[in-house]
Amino acid sequence: MTHAVPAAVQLSRQGTLSALRRLPEYLTIWVPLLLSAGHLVSFALWTIWVSFTPSTLLPVSGWVGLRNYTSVMATRNWTIAFDNLLLFGSGFVLLSLLIGLVLAILLDQRIRGENVLRSIFLYPMAVSFVVTGTVWSWLLNPGLGIQKLVNGLGWTAFRFDWLIDRDMAIWTIVIAAVWQSSGFAMALFLAGLRSVDADLVKAAQIDGAGPIRLYRRVILPTLWPITVTVVVIQLQFAITTFDLVRALTGGGPGIATLLPALVVYDFMFQRGLLARGAAAAVLMLLTLLAVLLPYAAWQYAQRRKAARA
Amino acid sequence: MAALTIRDVYKRFHSVEVLKGIDLEMDSGDFTVLVGPSGCGKSTLLNIIAGLERQSSGNIEIGGRIVDNIAPRDRDIAMVFQSYALYPSMTVRQNITFGMECRNVPRVQRDEAVGRVAKLLQIEALLDRKPGQLSGGQRQRVAMGRALVRDPLLFLFDEPLSNLDAQLRAEMRIEIKLLHQRLGSTIVYVTHDQIEAMTLATRIAVMRQGVVQQFADPETVYNRPANLFVARFMGAPPMNTLAARLEATRGRTVAVIGYGEAAIRFPVPPEAEGWNGRDVVLGIRPECIAEPTRHFSDLPGAVTTIVASVEMVEPTGAETIVVLRLGDERALGRVSPDVRHRLSETAQFAVDTRKISLFDPASGDRIT
Ligand SMILES: Nc1ncnc2c1ncn2[C@@H]1O[C@H](COP(=O)(O)OP(=O)(O)OP(=O)(O)O)[C@@H](O)[C@H]1O
Ligand SMILES: [Mg+2]
Repeated sequence: MTHAVPAAVQLSRQGTLSALRRLPEYLTIWVPLLLSAGHLVSFALWTIWVSFTPSTLLPVSGWVGLRNYTSVMATRNWTIAFDNLLLFGSGFVLLSLLIGLVLAILLDQRIRGENVLRSIFLYPMAVSFVVTGTVWSWLLNPGLGIQKLVNGLGWTAFRFDWLIDRDMAIWTIVIAAVWQSSGFAMALFLAGLRSVDADLVKAAQIDGAGPIRLYRRVILPTLWPITVTVVVIQLQFAITTFDLVRALTGGGPGIATLLPALVVYDFMFQRGLLARGAAAAVLMLLTLLAVLLPYAAWQYAQRRKAARA
Repeated sequence: MAALTIRDVYKRFHSVEVLKGIDLEMDSGDFTVLVGPSGCGKSTLLNIIAGLERQSSGNIEIGGRIVDNIAPRDRDIAMVFQSYALYPSMTVRQNITFGMECRNVPRVQRDEAVGRVAKLLQIEALLDRKPGQLSGGQRQRVAMGRALVRDPLLFLFDEPLSNLDAQLRAEMRIEIKLLHQRLGSTIVYVTHDQIEAMTLATRIAVMRQGVVQQFADPETVYNRPANLFVARFMGAPPMNTLAARLEATRGRTVAVIGYGEAAIRFPVPPEAEGWNGRDVVLGIRPECIAEPTRHFSDLPGAVTTIVASVEMVEPTGAETIVVLRLGDERALGRVSPDVRHRLSETAQFAVDTRKISLFDPASGDRIT
């Protein structure tokens, strides 16, 4: 007992010291994190509250139940936006995944100039969506961009006017978004490919697997945790897409390329229907949760499995 | 017939020379162990034999056929990796049959082969599990199964046991040895564990910095090491290497350690005569130094009794390691656990002088 006391004192002193030493860490990480999390959560709660009130131009209290939700879902804007989201989301995620994977596999062949190429492919990520949208709106504008160029080269019959075509306009957004974020998918896939145990490849070589079988049976299966991560990140980007569409098509022609975020914006700030806008925003949040919650559960299960192994 | 011939193989990575003229020849049924310290080029040599890496110059011949331009899959080899390299997304069964799948072997034949190997290695119960659900020892077995299912001309093992704990390693070592005796396969086995080398090998190649130091059967490598490096590398505790000089006394050549009164003399073979009057390095294994009652041999002159002071004792249970002072140097001896020495006391020891090795102190090469 006699020497247990000083030991305890020493321990607590060490505790204080190390806490002091880690003070800058707390200040730089935890304070901003708590502030922004508080911000986020309080506004989310506020939005949820507003979505159940009869607010129009200004927030007012009151309770209208699910009326805002039913009327939002009944509007044509919302149905079109949601259909577009399905189309855009799946097209964009699949294409960027595929292109990212192909680029990563090609880069993984230890070619020369890999660093340069990697930077080139990653570069679009560094550009803001507004810039991407604006540039692609020029490129895809039949009177200015690609069509004009090809026409000028002599192929006068060439038509590439998706931007002004009601049925195809949504695909211009897919193109721009894929251009912007395939490099990101590539970077993650490349990291995954590089972390594949070199002995696995050797074993497969001795087993006699050709390059296609090697990738299909041995290497790509190890990538699927990364694939899930990429899909989730791209999906949540797709669901919240706003600036890209604003700059590229403005939701047009007509309302052909509306996405949920644009509908929220439209209700809240153009029509002055705050409560409906809030309801639409909450619907977006629910869509996001439908993606993120299974992902979180999956990650938790993975971690449990890793801990057990 | 030579199962594997390695002829003057060099390997450079950029400007670094990793293998410097390797020449080895192995007969069918040989269990050859490549042993050497980390980074000496063992894995590189094994990868070159497998065709996973291309030598800078020289030839590899497997089963009488030059394979330098033949892909790994067509070299008729199987390999077991240190990391096991099991395909994580496949079941044990698929792991074992993947090679056959690549060669389009019919399903019935595959199932039969898996059954045979699974029975041999007692992994029948694991066939439908994924590698992630196996223990280290089980993974090791599966990795062996993947190699055994092929029945190749040549097995290559790259430190297959180094990820196992000591007990499991000892068990698997015995199993590998039994497998080799039963199947009579030709094996090249890389390790840096000299006990594995001694217990498994029919031939040992000791490597250092890309050069083969000695290529011989375990007994020769152990008892007649080709140079000081081999002498110190093989054996635990390692061979004592002591500065000595050769002198001619009464028509016989003796090695003298220390000076004047305290000098200790050991008879050495007459072939060392040419070194009379010169300095040498005398090598003697710890087990050749024991308590005076130890009966090494009846041959006259085989055993010399010396007096030395005991600096330290390390009882290991089965025997006791004593640290002695011989002249200016320390030497290890292995005495019976019944003998209890006190520290700093002087005691008598019997030395089996038949197994003394002499080395040239300048080059480190063996004299006799
Ligand atoms: N691809 C490579 N590029 C450059 N140097 C390499 C390469 N592979 C191996 N080396 C070098 O070659 C030397 C021998 O490597 P190797 O892997 O054959 O050693 P080893 O004897 O198997 O060692 P260990 O017991 O640690 O496995 C090392 O110095 C290593 O750094
Ligand atoms: Mg190695």
